[in-house]
Amino acid sequence: MDVIGLYNYWIVIVLMMAGLYILIARYNLIKKMIGLSVFQTSIFYLYITIGKVEGGTAPILVDDPHVVYSNPLPHVLILTAIVVGVATTAVALALTVRIYEAYGTIEEDEIRAANAEEQDI
Amino acid sequence: MSIEHLTIAVLLTFLVATAIGIIVLRDLLAAVILTGLYSLVAAGAFIVMDAVDVAFTEAAVGSGISTILFLGALSFTQHEQKPRGRDSWLALLFVVITGGLLIFGTLDMPRYGSATSPAQTHPELAKRFIEQSADEVGPPNVVTSVLASYRGYDTLGETVVVFTAGIAVMGLLGLKRRRPEDETPEHAPGDLPHEPGHDTDRLT
Repeated sequence: MDVIGLYNYWIVIVLMMAGLYILIARYNLIKKMIGLSVFQTSIFYLYITIGKVEGGTAPILVDDPHVVYSNPLPHVLILTAIVVGVATTAVALALTVRIYEAYGTIEEDEIRAANAEEQDI
Repeated sequence: MSIEHLTIAVLLTFLVATAIGIIVLRDLLAAVILTGLYSLVAAGAFIVMDAVDVAFTEAAVGSGISTILFLGALSFTQHEQKPRGRDSWLALLFVVITGGLLIFGTLDMPRYGSATSPAQTHPELAKRFIEQSADEVGPPNVVTSVLASYRGYDTLGETVVVFTAGIAVMGLLGLKRRRPEDETPEHAPGDLPHEPGHDTDRLT
């Protein structure tokens, strides 16, 4: 088995799972957003890994026919993804601030308890 | 193992250590700062993997702006994640099984740096961009050509998403503060507002 050739993918998966674990197991809404952003960055890493060519250089054209360039397409996709990711983070954090103003907590289980209490009345 | 592989291996190990730190820390401020570090280390690794445009976007946007957004949100809410008695073993089990399956799935992926993988050899994508973008579009930076020309609609869509997100954030936070009854702040940032449940109707 080619450990060096697959090491990047494995680490990406470990990071992805770290983010997923935070999303599932933590109740704090801001912590969940941090988990999502860890997950996101690991996906960026996966794409850039796919675009890399051994011995290649950054895809900026030079006057030398023997230069090997890495794949520019994943770079473009990830540029878009980074900006969109920050936009969604901003909306989620704004929602979190509103939730805190309304409930006085950003812990998911306490919000659920407050909602259940309200329905009982 | 070349120096490039070694650099990437070290950076990836840093990334994993940072991610574990983020999981373990209960102080949200520290976790946010670690997230900024995580993005910055990832940006360093992107440079080693030839993705210079991605690296500076990640350093500026992922590590800079997103950290500022998190800090802004923290200034309005709590800094401490409340302790829970135990960690969820079910979640850990789920994550380990999913990760195991994904690792099994990587075994027949193209190896790192392979020049013959489908992503590299498709005639209409990377090959064409690199060979013809100088004539068809112009700029020496192929990423610019693809971003602005070949995938211009993607970039337009991205702009729409950012615009929509801006409107959403303004609707959630910005305009509310200008209402006359909010002249005096209800509570200082970081303080508890009214009792939970009493002003939930303001959400609607």
